[in-house]
Amino acid sequence: MAEVKEETRAAAPEGAAASTHPAIQTVNLSKRFGKTVALAGLSMTVPRGEVFGFLGPNGAGKTTSVKLLLGLLKPTGGEGWLLGRPIGDLETRRRIGYLPELFRYQGWLSAREVLALHCELAPLPRSSWDDEITSALETVGLTDRAADRVGTFSKGMQQRLGLGAALLGEPELVFLDEPTSALDPVGRHDVREIIRGLASRGTAVFLNSHLLSEVEQVCDRVAVVDHGRVIASGSMDELLGGAAVKVRVGGLSAADIGKLSSFGDVDDEGDQLTFTKLKPDRVPDLVSQIVALGGRVYEVAPRHQTLEDRFLQLLEEEEK
Amino acid sequence: MPPVLVIARLTVQETSRRRLILALIILTLIVVGFSAWGFQKITTVTNRQGVVIPPEQVALITSQLLIVVTFMYSGVLALSAAVVAGPLISSEVESGLLLSILARPVRRSEIVIGKWLGLAVLIAMYAAGSAFLELAAVDWATGYVPPHPIQLVLYVGMEGLALLSLGLLLSTRLSGITGGVIALVAWLMGWIGGVVGDIGTGLQNDAVAKVGTITHTILPTDLLWRGAIYALEPDAFLATMRAAGAAARANPFFAADPPPILFLAWVAVWFALMLGLSILSFRTREI
Repeated sequence: MAEVKEETRAAAPEGAAASTHPAIQTVNLSKRFGKTVALAGLSMTVPRGEVFGFLGPNGAGKTTSVKLLLGLLKPTGGEGWLLGRPIGDLETRRRIGYLPELFRYQGWLSAREVLALHCELAPLPRSSWDDEITSALETVGLTDRAADRVGTFSKGMQQRLGLGAALLGEPELVFLDEPTSALDPVGRHDVREIIRGLASRGTAVFLNSHLLSEVEQVCDRVAVVDHGRVIASGSMDELLGGAAVKVRVGGLSAADIGKLSSFGDVDDEGDQLTFTKLKPDRVPDLVSQIVALGGRVYEVAPRHQTLEDRFLQLLEEEEK
Repeated sequence: MPPVLVIARLTVQETSRRRLILALIILTLIVVGFSAWGFQKITTVTNRQGVVIPPEQVALITSQLLIVVTFMYSGVLALSAAVVAGPLISSEVESGLLLSILARPVRRSEIVIGKWLGLAVLIAMYAAGSAFLELAAVDWATGYVPPHPIQLVLYVGMEGLALLSLGLLLSTRLSGITGGVIALVAWLMGWIGGVVGDIGTGLQNDAVAKVGTITHTILPTDLLWRGAIYALEPDAFLATMRAAGAAARANPFFAADPPPILFLAWVAVWFALMLGLSILSFRTREI
């Protein structure tokens, strides 16, 4: 959120320089539905080729953000650009893929026909359709069902089809809104591989999700949104604040524990102290200090803070 | 293919794959078969003296019955248009079907026009096809051919298109069921308004007659239906009814004159307004 570059507010000129513009950029993008604030001033920059995770509980404003960026909703305030062009620009949509949260495709068409429809609307050169469709079907594992009507598909298969449609034409930016909501563990693994594949070829991915482990595994950076506001953002390391160290200890008074605050934030849980933001090379010093204060050390264990821990922590802080 | 034609093709494809077209063809063939049998019976009807009625009388009865049969056809077309147009956009917004399409470089106006165009083609085909089959059957059964068959197809087709346009406009904002029901009620109210206007004409009461004019201005379906009736009326019948004076005009299955040119011009404006409003309404709708 802090990375907003005001100088690129104007529409980017076409040509080679256009590819240097971020994949997504917003400045105070806001949306109200009547009195309800769905999004309160979203400012962010997603560079090209980055996998960006957009996290938040249900109703936080994630899907609203995606729809605003895609021009499906009109913002009530602020500005935004996709690939250097103002949001809502028709031509930019040629270079974008989108899997909606509410994925639904023409049940009376076959999977191949749905993809051909998207090739036609994209629009892609007709000579490339066969290869594009075959590749998309293969990537999402629907080759065997290509000729079957979508109406006979399970939800998971329809979501795979939607993902296939979003991949057509090698887009420069792909929006995936809860892309694994209907998928089994194998499907989720496949989606992670697809996202990694997109990133490796330089496609920016905007991943909307509340599945934290999924985001943690594939995203370069994340933003956490709640009640329409971004409450934290940054790289995964920045957000998780480094490793924490858990020390099981006895024989320390409250005053003694207070003296350990120089080693980082201390969470006193009785016989267990958790030090956050403690660099690993300072752990021996910490143990020496505890022993010097008369404490007895039973266990020292580094603890990796998961995104889930951090997410819940952020939401709790927000509630306060 | 431009997006508007892709959407039109998709609309035709959907109605075809959902077997709506097949159902209408089968129903139409059944109705044509029954009506051919019925019309053929008219030629064998005898009068009180046991003599087969003369060809002039057969033609008169056939022309009147054909108006009623055409009323059924126009009703089926209007009902189908309203029922299909009602959810045309709203159902796809509600289901999310339009989300992935609107994320493509497709204008919302292209969605609206494409859907209208797709259904308009089907309506035109149904109007022309069913009219051809029915008139051919009547010709075979009785030897009667109405005076203006082309106009008949045009008026019945335009009545269907009017309901399609109204349904589509409603579909940009209201749910499918609500839009469809409103379009149907509007169609019936339009018909009743036209009948009330006829009564005003019959009574030579300008205020009551204006009800018909206002109704036709707001929703021209009844006016177009009157055009279809006029296209079916033989000259001899028209002359007799005109001679009967103003009172004879208070009849929902009679038209003394074709719709005025000025009114037809208004119908063209009305269609443009409906489409324009549909586009505006859908463009400003948040999805």
